[in-house]
Amino acid sequence: MNFTLYDYAMSGNCYKIRLFASILDVEYERIAVEFYPAAEHKSYKMLQLSRAGTLPILKSGDMILSETSAMLFWMAQKFDSFENWWPAKRGADLNALILQWMDFSSQLSKTVGRARLNALFQTPVDLDKAIEGARRALRQIESHLTEQSFDDKKFLVSDKPTIADIACFPYVALSPDVGANLGLEHDGYPAIQSWLYSIKSLDGFIPMPGIYPMHDLKADETDFAGNRPATGKVG
Amino acid sequence: MNAIEQAMQYWYPIGMLGDLQRSETRKTRLLGMDIELKTEQSGLISVFHQKKPWNTKSAYGHIWTSPSKMPKPLFDVPEAGDHERRFVPCGSVRVRCSPLRAVENFLDVAHFPFVHTDILGAEPHTEVEPYSVNIDETKDEVIATKVKFYQPQAAKSASDGIVTDYVYRVPSPMNALLYKTCPNRDDVQDVIAIFVQPLDEETCDVWPWMALYDDQSTMAEMIEFQQLIFLQDRSVLENQIPIKLPLDPKMEIPTRADLTSVAYRRWLKKHGAIYGAMVSSTDDAWVAAQ
Ligand SMILES: [Fe+2]
Repeated sequence: MNFTLYDYAMSGNCYKIRLFASILDVEYERIAVEFYPAAEHKSYKMLQLSRAGTLPILKSGDMILSETSAMLFWMAQKFDSFENWWPAKRGADLNALILQWMDFSSQLSKTVGRARLNALFQTPVDLDKAIEGARRALRQIESHLTEQSFDDKKFLVSDKPTIADIACFPYVALSPDVGANLGLEHDGYPAIQSWLYSIKSLDGFIPMPGIYPMHDLKADETDFAGNRPATGKVG
Repeated sequence: MNAIEQAMQYWYPIGMLGDLQRSETRKTRLLGMDIELKTEQSGLISVFHQKKPWNTKSAYGHIWTSPSKMPKPLFDVPEAGDHERRFVPCGSVRVRCSPLRAVENFLDVAHFPFVHTDILGAEPHTEVEPYSVNIDETKDEVIATKVKFYQPQAAKSASDGIVTDYVYRVPSPMNALLYKTCPNRDDVQDVIAIFVQPLDEETCDVWPWMALYDDQSTMAEMIEFQQLIFLQDRSVLENQIPIKLPLDPKMEIPTRADLTSVAYRRWLKKHGAIYGAMVSSTDDAWVAAQ
């Protein structure tokens, strides 16, 4: 096996690694960790493996990674021989911008990610602050993607997707999970909507709960209450 | 009897047994009332609303409480006594929907291929074969039997697609159980339940619980499987309009309305179990949603 992933299906951070592995068509061993309700990632056994006490954890030989940006970088180096996802030869500017958006993705985890965990499982968080931060992050990414579109660029730093897109995608796509009428639905963000569409159209795209594939977009599909299922919403 | 008085007669789940810490007080809500779930150093568990104690009991992996001095008996789950099974409480997931909508969704088979794609259903196997729904008069429960559905991955332990047989039980307005083909054994059925804690008429905490024959999967894997399924449902539930469950037949849109749902709604109406429901089509929220 190429690596072992300590994983939780409902985590947006874990999903980054599953998604990228699927896009790169890389096989790996998956170990389910009971993040909720048992908080198994904080158990003695798991802390022995990674002191960070977070998920996911990527293990390859003796190497243990606990930060998703490092994992995505490692996977790109190791499994993407065409250097599409971390285009090292395309210059310092481009690579610095990739790093900048990888950093930005941690703001999305701290705001959207934490507010979502609170909405699902009542995990303690300063909710107002997290929601306000989430709105700010969405506005920032929306205006950046709008500018990109003026240059015919569909993705965050380039006309092609990079690991920065993988890093930012999950928690932007999951923001409606936080709740209705909080300014975190995608309706008001057209550039985000088309970016999500572009990522969902990539070969190897896989869904997670809250992030649904494109083929579920069926305008005539209604449930018994006459509503379109949430799977029919972009994002 | 009004909606809340009717609702107060039942037992409700408010916590998971294995999850409570000694000398700890947790705050939660039930039927719009703030309550405290207190665990003594001795392990004794009590529930208070405005400093007054409520009845409590532990059953099926959870702590249950009722605001009533004389609650209706908690429904029986005989399989909970079968120690060959593994009991899997899954924690709770908060959903912004009527508690009745959460139960109704649990009873619906037709959504499997669209919401739980490639797990509990898959296209083109979207047809729900005719099945039967009754009210069990002695137990006063809604029962749906002979429900059959093709499932690519019926459970964590399933390695292939199988036609799964389902029986559904609604023993009280906000609790439902299903009995389904066990992928590993054809002589027994797995049990999956949702116990719903109504925080108010438009918000609930859903506590899934399972009693499975599965000696291969880890606890983490079984819980994760159920949480994944339920989070897919949550996306749908939070987008349903109106938020409360319509009980007036005029409000029902016939597409995909299934028999169990119709029987469930009628049974609720007969009992006056309308906490979380919209009873009349002149209801403001219903009119606004049109
Ligand atoms: Fe479902």
